[in-house]
Amino acid sequence: MSPPSKGASTAPVAGDAVAIKNFAFSPATLKVKVGTTVTWTNQDTDAHTVTSAKAGGPLHSAALATHATYRYRFTKPGTYAYLCTIHPFMTATVEVTR
Amino acid sequence: MTEYHDSGDPAPVGDAEQPAGPNSMTRRQLLRHAGWFGGAVVLTVASGEVISHIADSRNTAAAATAGGTAADGTTASGALRFVQVSDSHIGFQGPANTDVAGSFIEAIHQVNSLGFRPDFVMHSGDLTHLSTAAQFDQVRQMMTGMQTDRVFTVPGEHDSIGDAGRAYRQTFGKGTLGDGWYSFDTHGVHFIALVNTLSLEKLGHLGNEQIEFVRRDLAGLSSDTPVVVFSHIPLFAMYPKWGWSTDDALRIIALLRRFSSVTCLNGHVHQLFTKTEGNITFHSATTTAYPLPKPGRAPAPTPQVVPARQLKDALGIRTVGYRQGDRELAIKDERLA
Repeated sequence: MSPPSKGASTAPVAGDAVAIKNFAFSPATLKVKVGTTVTWTNQDTDAHTVTSAKAGGPLHSAALATHATYRYRFTKPGTYAYLCTIHPFMTATVEVTR
Repeated sequence: MTEYHDSGDPAPVGDAEQPAGPNSMTRRQLLRHAGWFGGAVVLTVASGEVISHIADSRNTAAAATAGGTAADGTTASGALRFVQVSDSHIGFQGPANTDVAGSFIEAIHQVNSLGFRPDFVMHSGDLTHLSTAAQFDQVRQMMTGMQTDRVFTVPGEHDSIGDAGRAYRQTFGKGTLGDGWYSFDTHGVHFIALVNTLSLEKLGHLGNEQIEFVRRDLAGLSSDTPVVVFSHIPLFAMYPKWGWSTDDALRIIALLRRFSSVTCLNGHVHQLFTKTEGNITFHSATTTAYPLPKPGRAPAPTPQVVPARQLKDALGIRTVGYRQGDRELAIKDERLA
């Protein structure tokens, strides 16, 4: 059983910032080069997390209150799927290339 | 399996004694009543069957009449009365409710003002907003103010952020099994408290170990035993797009099909909703903190900011009174003061 994906566009967007707004990660797919530090900022009044979808993944934020940020530097290429553990229908991806 | 029954003291709040009662009443002696207030579902259960019912002011008379009729030939002392509160989100700060602690205190006052002492109170999760030690301590202390024999809890996803429920279990997990589940019996009713917020895979999730616990737990039960199942996230597909469902709940539902009466009580969705599927009735409880939109009525299940007066309505402060000596139950709407 799998809910429909979020409405946000999944076209990859270059940059180093992800907004958490209206219960969605934006952009839903972020494209960065190895070595980039990505910053997530929670703009919702509810709390969210940035957590790797697979156990053992590198993303593991605390609960982010409003305006709180989380940073992670990607050192290896790959596709990093993550979600908010409080609202697990919120899913997104970071694509890291050389 | 009896080894799981009376599994200790899941929520060490309130008196330690397990409510217990005779299992000798018949269905004719059914006494039922229900109502909700401040995020509470109140069910009255007499041995033989659970029939849950959400009443409001418009059907108060009907509910009271039904209760009175069914109560013939029995006594109030033979009935079980418990309270469900949910989604207090202690620690939430936002315009949707700038004083969730105050709202929860009011809900506790409602419990203490029912006119009877509930046999137990179940908090069906999201006790805290951010799973911090301070928030767990605060909500635990607040609930010691509830005048009841026992306080039970199940965790919400807000109670298990980042630590798979470890902090929750440190405060509320004493005597529970596995990741915090348990079962108990009282007044001839079998209760199961489930944990479906730990391994979220978009939806609530129970996992093999817990499903096996339920299978063994139910194995020895006669099919005419009323069963009540608590969980935070609904066990039915209320709105999967927002995560309001449990991906492996059907395996539990299959185990519950043989029972004549099953009542599943959940929180999570911050609104009342009832659904019946054959022998199983699902009741979502509302919240004491802030409303969420109805399924699909908003882009996302964001906390809804409403005018203060409407907030009180959304929290649904209604009281159910039971006067000693009366057969009838008094239900009335009551706004937060």
